[in-house]
Amino acid sequence: MPLLEVENLNVHLGTNHILRDVNFSISRGESLAIIGPNGAGKTILLKVLLELVPYSGKALWEKGIKVGYVPQKIEADRQIPLTVWNLLDAKAKTIGSERKEVRDVAKSVGIAEHTLRTELRHISGGQFQRVLIAFALLGKPDIILFDEPTASIDEQGEEQVYEVIHRLQDELNIAVIVVSHDLSFVYRHATSVLCLNKHGLCFGRPDQVLTPEKLTELYSAPFGYYHHIHENNHGH
Amino acid sequence: MATNELYSLILAILTAGAPGVVGSFALMKKMSLAGDVVAHLALPGLGAALLWKINPLVGAAATLLLGTLLIWQLEKRSSLQTDTSIGVIFTAALAVGALLTPKEELIEALFGGFAKLSLFGFSLGVLGVFAIVATTLALRNRLILNIFSPELAKSAGVSVHLTNLIYLLVFALTILLGLQFLGAILVGALIIVPAAIGRELAKTFPQFLTISAIAGALSVVLGYAISQIYGLDLGPVVVAVSAALFGITLFRKKS
Repeated sequence: MPLLEVENLNVHLGTNHILRDVNFSISRGESLAIIGPNGAGKTILLKVLLELVPYSGKALWEKGIKVGYVPQKIEADRQIPLTVWNLLDAKAKTIGSERKEVRDVAKSVGIAEHTLRTELRHISGGQFQRVLIAFALLGKPDIILFDEPTASIDEQGEEQVYEVIHRLQDELNIAVIVVSHDLSFVYRHATSVLCLNKHGLCFGRPDQVLTPEKLTELYSAPFGYYHHIHENNHGH
Repeated sequence: MATNELYSLILAILTAGAPGVVGSFALMKKMSLAGDVVAHLALPGLGAALLWKINPLVGAAATLLLGTLLIWQLEKRSSLQTDTSIGVIFTAALAVGALLTPKEELIEALFGGFAKLSLFGFSLGVLGVFAIVATTLALRNRLILNIFSPELAKSAGVSVHLTNLIYLLVFALTILLGLQFLGAILVGALIIVPAAIGRELAKTFPQFLTISAIAGALSVVLGYAISQIYGLDLGPVVVAVSAALFGITLFRKKS
């Protein structure tokens, strides 16, 4: 049985039909990339999986699965007076983990001892991303959801973050779902890919489903767009 | 010094330490000014209680609780109008409170006074302070996660809305305790200023809480001494002292 099975998933926010009939699944140790243009509903899809957003259809986790989440950097408040340690320790205490686990996860994602004692607002974007990954790793999750893990990080930091994600899979056998704009990551590291533009355009192995035609279709304006505007204008 | 005056002083110092801890989280939640807002919500209750000749703090507690639940609901919905709605609620509360409160008591309700406490009142106050500090400390990790990112908090199994509600209730209790010394207008200062001092000086989170609490208590000790020596009202002196302490931390940082 897969770790997660999604069938005919639909999300409405107000009168907007954000996601329609999305289907995919992921098994242990696999790496699923979600790609699509801006506004395609990728972040919303992650929030559905975290049960932060109401939906209809099926999004079924295997029983007892622990899910970690790495949000987009921009969504976390870094100006509050906390050291890296304070933040990780707060989660460890909340979920009842031991102190040692904080040091272990920090080490596993390459956070140095002195960085643990540094305030959040004084660390670099790349370091901060590692902190968020360490945060997600606390509690030993079976799967981690990444929302554009390399947005607003320089190229070198980007490579390092992907390296960390890849190591999580290899060494800890953690499944990952990664929302990414980076096609080279998808080809190199993803075992499957979901093309999303409001609805799922393709799902499968990257080398099989990512045809040039699919990519053009994915990133060009959706077919229904003109009609949609037309309908709206008609209504006024 | 009479025993009941000593009770009042001890309670005032303890009461000033508690807002430091509570205010540290308020500062991080970017709701520093909520102290002022919530304090004004106490005023209609205070006025009505004085009119009906019941304990003013009971009346204040009632409208505070109501106001807190209202703000919690607004926060939960997090619509763009939250700021505006809170603004409307708080000015309305101030107006109704001013109309209800008997004229001769209004100044004291707004700016506080140094009430002489019975042993019972003292015990209740001390109990309140310990409840505030204990609850806030017990909640601190959840609050940190909540403030940092509600979504991450949720992913760590924190009930975001429940945590917010408990915090707001503790917040209202803090205001209620401070109300008798500082009055509705000034009590908000004890939420904001000590935490601002802590923020300036602290490097880590435990330091932040400790310095904020000490700054609050120190303001009351110094404020009490100055008000006694020069025969001034306690509330305004305490707030002026805490603001001066904040000024000194800014100065020190630059030098």
